[in-house]
Amino acid sequence: MSGHSTYNPTNPVMKWVDDRLPLPRLMYDSFVTYPVPRNLNYWYTFGGILMIMMVSQIITGIVLVMHYTPHVDFAFNSVEHIRRNVNYGNILQKWHAVGASFFFIAVYIHIARGMYYGSYKAPREILWMLGVAIFLVMMATGFMGYVLPWGQMSFWGAKVITNLFSAVPFFGEPIVTWLWGGFSVDNATLQRFFSLHYLLPFVLIGVVILHVWALHVTGQNNPTGVEVKSGQDTVAFTPYATLKDSFALCVFFVIFTAFVFYAPDYLGHSINYEEANPLSTPAHIVPEWYYLPFYAILRAIPDKLLGVIAMFGSIAIWFILPWLDTSKVRSATYRPIYKQMFWIIMVVFFALGVVGANPPEGWWITAGQILTFYYFLHFLVLLPLVGLLETPKPLPSSISDAVLAKNGGKQASAQPAE
Amino acid sequence: MSTVDAPDADRRDFLYIATGAVGAVGAASLAIPLIDQMNPSASVLALASTEVDLGPITEGQSIIITWRGNPVIIRYRTAKEIEEARATKIDDLKDGDSRNANLPDGSPATDENRVIDGKEQYLVQMGVCTHLGCVPIGNQGDYDGWFCPCHGSHYDSAGRIRKGPAPENLHVPKYAYLSDTKIKIG
Repeated sequence: MSGHSTYNPTNPVMKWVDDRLPLPRLMYDSFVTYPVPRNLNYWYTFGGILMIMMVSQIITGIVLVMHYTPHVDFAFNSVEHIRRNVNYGNILQKWHAVGASFFFIAVYIHIARGMYYGSYKAPREILWMLGVAIFLVMMATGFMGYVLPWGQMSFWGAKVITNLFSAVPFFGEPIVTWLWGGFSVDNATLQRFFSLHYLLPFVLIGVVILHVWALHVTGQNNPTGVEVKSGQDTVAFTPYATLKDSFALCVFFVIFTAFVFYAPDYLGHSINYEEANPLSTPAHIVPEWYYLPFYAILRAIPDKLLGVIAMFGSIAIWFILPWLDTSKVRSATYRPIYKQMFWIIMVVFFALGVVGANPPEGWWITAGQILTFYYFLHFLVLLPLVGLLETPKPLPSSISDAVLAKNGGKQASAQPAE
Repeated sequence: MSTVDAPDADRRDFLYIATGAVGAVGAASLAIPLIDQMNPSASVLALASTEVDLGPITEGQSIIITWRGNPVIIRYRTAKEIEEARATKIDDLKDGDSRNANLPDGSPATDENRVIDGKEQYLVQMGVCTHLGCVPIGNQGDYDGWFCPCHGSHYDSAGRIRKGPAPENLHVPKYAYLSDTKIKIG
């Protein structure tokens, strides 16, 4: 995608640096002249938003650590100390906590966009798989971060989730003891979670760099799913994508900060303002909202081990998505049946979240089982079959053709799909 | 420049394998301390036993104490609870193992095997649900015993799982009577 470098520094200092370490050139070629498809819509701005959210989480996190104490006797109070005494701590702590939720909102939209426009298909398989890896690292980081305030939900969430590993045959018990560093979630657990919660974001940066690298090798997919064919199909990253991303980011931050300032606890659980008590379990334990669909899948299976396998499998399945989808057409715009399937699986995923938030009693159990069944049916059966049976709509011959046809310009010459 | 004869393949292979083997042993011996440091430390293990005076507990009363960071439920059972637990047939139980650390594995889950003979009014068991580790609430559930609020497991008056997702009876820790009313757990 990226052609020959056109970086030609006029500043002698930049030239001197570029001759010795071509980092300015790399930045210039990646974020200024880098050609992006001209038809990218706002769903494509979430990559940039995620990048900013990651940086925002790391900066607020580093600052919070300056005031936080990872010890069972002090952790809860130190978070309250941040919220009440530390200068601007009130905002910084909420920014970090609400930021985690909005990080996940952005990543879910980003993943759904990839599924709708078939961004995982050849030659972008590795790009997609790195994205799934990023999602897993995010989940682990978010889980351990939620334990740190040492509230009731922190403690019992940690206990229930680490206890999932006790489902492992034969080694279950020793693994859980090893994870805890004791016979229960205790100080040793809190301290290691703190250590890893600080480490994983930097692992995340590493995988994100690989993700962006892979993106810049294959180039971006676009709403038509037709590859870029000529310079006419693209525009320069700066100013076009830069400004579009910036505008989307502003809108996203208006919503994000509205939550930070006016409803910081709306996405959390009030019970977490009660300090962790190992002798009393709250009546209704639920994970943070962004884990709910997977939690519902875990509980849908009556067997402990199989439930854990299904839960991890529901994400692992995304790794092989490029090979499960047999259709050669990328974008759902030109796939009438897949388009409907996409919206159904979105509804199913959302409904699983609702099931996960409710106690596993009566009707909710059945609903969770039906939805879990459909979730796996979609990926393992429907997706491969529909790709073979569906007749796609004719694809535009190029991105510029599609753009011009949409704007009533010159007649688009349509060609049948492969 | 003279050409060098190809070295003896067997010798070279041996050197590669030997180097690799020493490297692997070295890597493993580095990994062991890094992994094992996460296991319970000596100070955690040192808290392995605790003594409890059962004297103040009256009939129908339960206490929860902490042992190794986990809750232990001690209940002075009423005659009715003991009778109910003894009347239950083994075949009606979900888990037929007594899960009593004081008895050999696989002992049947009779009420007699859940307590110590002659002291059957005192039920000593872990307050850790065998499903995912929550603390079951006493005097609740369908079987005059405990109910776990997390995922809805019901335990009977002998702490045996009767209904719900938990796979095993509540575990009975290792304990012994030091005197008539004093026990040592662990």
